[in-house]
Amino acid sequence: MANSASETPQSEPTLKAPLLFISVLLIASCGLIYELVAGTLSSYLLGDSVTQFSTVIGVYLSAMGLGSYLSKYLQRGLARRFVDLELAVALVGGYSAPILFQAFAHTHAFRVVLYGVVMVVGTLVGLEIPILMRILKDQVRFKDLIAGVLTLDYMGALFASILFPLLFMPKLGLVRTSLIFGLLNAAVGLWSTYLLASQLGPTRLIRLRCLTVMALLAVGLGFAGKFTVALEEEIFADEIVYAKDSAYQRIVLTRGRGSFQLFLNGNLQFSSADEYRYHEALVHPAFSLRPEAKRVLICGGGDGLAVREVLKHPSVQEIVLVDLDPAMTDMALRQPMVRQLNGASLEDPRVKVINADAMVWLKETTSPPFDIALVDFPDPNTYALGKLYTSRFYRLLQRRLTDDAMIAVQSTSPLMARESFWCIAATMEAAGLKVHPYHLAVPSFGVWGFALASKRDFEIPTHVLPGLRHLSDEATAAMFAFPKDMDRVPTEVNRLDNQVLVHLYAREWRRWS
Amino acid sequence: MKRRDFLAASALSAVPLACRRKPAFPFPGELVGPDLALGHWLRGGAFAEPEHFEPVSVLVVGGGVAGLSAAWRLAGSGLDDFRVLELEREPGGTSRSGRNHVSAFPWAAHYLPVPDRGNHAVLRLLKECGVLEGFDAKGDPVFAEEATVRAPEERIFAYGQWWEGLYLRAGATAEDERQYHAFFHEVDRWAAFRDARGRPAFSIPRSRCSDAPEARALDSLSFATWLDARGFSSPRLRWLLDYACRDDYGSRLDTTSAWAGLFYFAARKQGPGEDSRPLLTWPEGNGFLINHLRRASGDRLRCGVMATAIREEKDGLFVTAWDAVNQVRLGWKAQRVIFAGPQHVAKHVIAGLAEARPAAARIRNAPWMVANLTLRARPQEPTFPLAWDNVLRDSAALGYVVATHQSLKDYGPTVWTWYRPFTGPDCEAERAHLRSLDWPTCARMVLDDLHSAHPDLEGLVARLDVMRWGHAMVCPAPGLLWDPTFLALARPFGRIHFAHTELSGLALFEEAQDHGLRAAEEVLAASGRRGESWR
Repeated sequence: MANSASETPQSEPTLKAPLLFISVLLIASCGLIYELVAGTLSSYLLGDSVTQFSTVIGVYLSAMGLGSYLSKYLQRGLARRFVDLELAVALVGGYSAPILFQAFAHTHAFRVVLYGVVMVVGTLVGLEIPILMRILKDQVRFKDLIAGVLTLDYMGALFASILFPLLFMPKLGLVRTSLIFGLLNAAVGLWSTYLLASQLGPTRLIRLRCLTVMALLAVGLGFAGKFTVALEEEIFADEIVYAKDSAYQRIVLTRGRGSFQLFLNGNLQFSSADEYRYHEALVHPAFSLRPEAKRVLICGGGDGLAVREVLKHPSVQEIVLVDLDPAMTDMALRQPMVRQLNGASLEDPRVKVINADAMVWLKETTSPPFDIALVDFPDPNTYALGKLYTSRFYRLLQRRLTDDAMIAVQSTSPLMARESFWCIAATMEAAGLKVHPYHLAVPSFGVWGFALASKRDFEIPTHVLPGLRHLSDEATAAMFAFPKDMDRVPTEVNRLDNQVLVHLYAREWRRWS
Repeated sequence: MKRRDFLAASALSAVPLACRRKPAFPFPGELVGPDLALGHWLRGGAFAEPEHFEPVSVLVVGGGVAGLSAAWRLAGSGLDDFRVLELEREPGGTSRSGRNHVSAFPWAAHYLPVPDRGNHAVLRLLKECGVLEGFDAKGDPVFAEEATVRAPEERIFAYGQWWEGLYLRAGATAEDERQYHAFFHEVDRWAAFRDARGRPAFSIPRSRCSDAPEARALDSLSFATWLDARGFSSPRLRWLLDYACRDDYGSRLDTTSAWAGLFYFAARKQGPGEDSRPLLTWPEGNGFLINHLRRASGDRLRCGVMATAIREEKDGLFVTAWDAVNQVRLGWKAQRVIFAGPQHVAKHVIAGLAEARPAAARIRNAPWMVANLTLRARPQEPTFPLAWDNVLRDSAALGYVVATHQSLKDYGPTVWTWYRPFTGPDCEAERAHLRSLDWPTCARMVLDDLHSAHPDLEGLVARLDVMRWGHAMVCPAPGLLWDPTFLALARPFGRIHFAHTELSGLALFEEAQDHGLRAAEEVLAASGRRGESWR
């Protein structure tokens, strides 16, 4: 057969088979890294990691099969083809992460680009091993060839799969990882020009091509820092240090640039850089009006940060924290970064943690009345959360309070969701409360709002616990003044049977996303 | 059907079932009442008389909504010498409820539309149970937030996903939308109708409705015919209206009177252009109202006691009963009887009634199957979230209501109450079919019905109990509702007064209550206790 005739003359003893086996190890690692990059990236960007990894692996493996099949059509100049192949893999695979980030940011066809890139890289990677084996087949006995190539192929996959999550992802990030492995692929190409020199003929031009590809990848790497900040860190705010799917929500902790952040279902809950502003504002104005408060109820707030602020008040004898998710309060107790930030507040003997739906708990509890209630739920973006902002909730809450108790409620952004903010205040009023809303700037959220309330009329606080990081007497009083673009608008009352807030909130935030 | 035929039919139906055993389910469950065997005993007739007849002023036979309401009314006027006999072990009839470690749940009726200002009886009841909190500046009643159905109220499963609401807007054409609005325009027109005496065409209870000829004429044709005549052909609209008929009457567009079809929509509106009134509900459904009403009877309510014969003599009504709990024969000598059971029972119990009132034979009752599924956890769902009422478009069943919805529980175990009316034209055949079903067949029917929407449901079921209602709902067939001989069934028969929702031709809590109050007020008037009517 013609092709076997063209392959047989290349049986020169100068080929360095053992060194070529090392190439197998390297290209196997590179191949798996590209697959992991695509899988990780798509599950971060699209969510549902099981589906993303399954489909990426499926498409990638089938593309490799296609590549293996196509390898039989490559007949002449196999060594040269191999080097070209390495350069192609280096470019497409190396740039896969930047390409995919760009596609996600700038096109509506992310999935098309994703599976396209995975197909191309998979096909090219699928070509590599068959061609390399054909190059080696006359140097090595078949059974040794199969054994050696496949062993190293699988070993390479093992290295890559262990090092990727432990080393490359945390230390380099996706963009750098894919570019560096691109460089490694190109280096295999360059190295192969020496190993396969006898089959290549004049190599200068080929080596120049290798160097050009490596230079292109190096340029990408040079920009990667900027690029990573611009895209990767923008999209999922840095390195993920903790992720857990609880029965109720997805809890993710990320770290980067000197601070860390907590996300619930992808929504930022706090950044360690400025959460003190938020939690001081949530907790202390209520205490300013009830400095002798003994019993404090916290609804939500499983991160323990509000508890940290409450514990600054020596009058407090008992804090009941009702948070739905045990995974959240466990993390606040055990995760070192969160624990450090909340000062191990949940371990204080005065704190009692109850994992329950706060509304159901309020309905059923026989707990003695509280002097202060701090209501710190995620924003009302589902019906299950929206019910925690209804007039019924505020009525149930009042039943568990002393007559002169103070309530502080986080109530979303009066700037970005102005109607939602005032809807919460109007709903609290409809439940019979006297309400004074207030707001402050929390840089990682924007302008943020709260509502201070009581069953009786009250004056806004003009002094605050000394020694706080953000709040002073002047700053406390200033929070209660609303500029024109955040001032009160008329709204409906959020009731259990209409849940207008869920619709209002979705409509208002859509403008900002 | 004679008793012997019934037994033969039961025996025959048991044979094929014994042969095809269904695979075991990974969860327990059972067929629960009503007590078919006890009820059907009546057909045997001829019970021996008791030795002693205990004197009592009023005996109420039947502890459903009508009977308990009658007792509530009597007690409210200080007529305390009464007894209420209920054949089942629990009172409430089709408003019965159950309870397990997860939640209370309904066994049938599960909501009440918010009453309008003029529905004094329901307002009085709701005020007593703390659901009516007061009146607003306009004089409209204000109801407790926890009792009004929590949003999201309804969702529908179609095209492989859940959608908000009951009317499927997804995929609707401009013509569908036009017809939808045209239909509700027509409803508005009827909601605005007032006769010469100022009575509306449609109101709840129906005793407040106008009997003007133009309104009554609607009863002469089926809802389907009425829709055809007006060009309402939109499949979505007709699905919605057919669903309404199945849901409220256990009948179909072509077996429901157009009067009843429009009543469903127009009677729930205060006036034209207004939204339908919201619904009141509780985890145990209308069992909440029963649990309040039964307090008025206290220990005068006797459950598991079946009246077997009522005979009128000069000095009183002699009532024979069978106490199935203690297995003893009982007798009462009553001045008045309020018969608050269905007519198909009345004819076996009241001597001479069947011959005197042949119109009772026109009443048809649809059988229903109701299942309560206790779930260990809720299915994962990516589309519109679990609502109170969850309806599958492509199903003969009506979907399910979620018992924990109103108790605010959005996570963890729950109880779903699944409903299926058997709407075939031959009620007797449907009833015989339903009676023949064993528990595995029923359980399979429920799970198969829900499979398209919840493929992972079977693994989440901790328990599945099934109630087979032989006579769940009166069918408002064309020509029945305004037939004078039918309406005359509500009149007293000697000193026996009648109260039951089927006397309205509409199976509704308000109708049962209205008849209960009417019957009680007839009795009160006869005993010289005239006072202000509660109706």
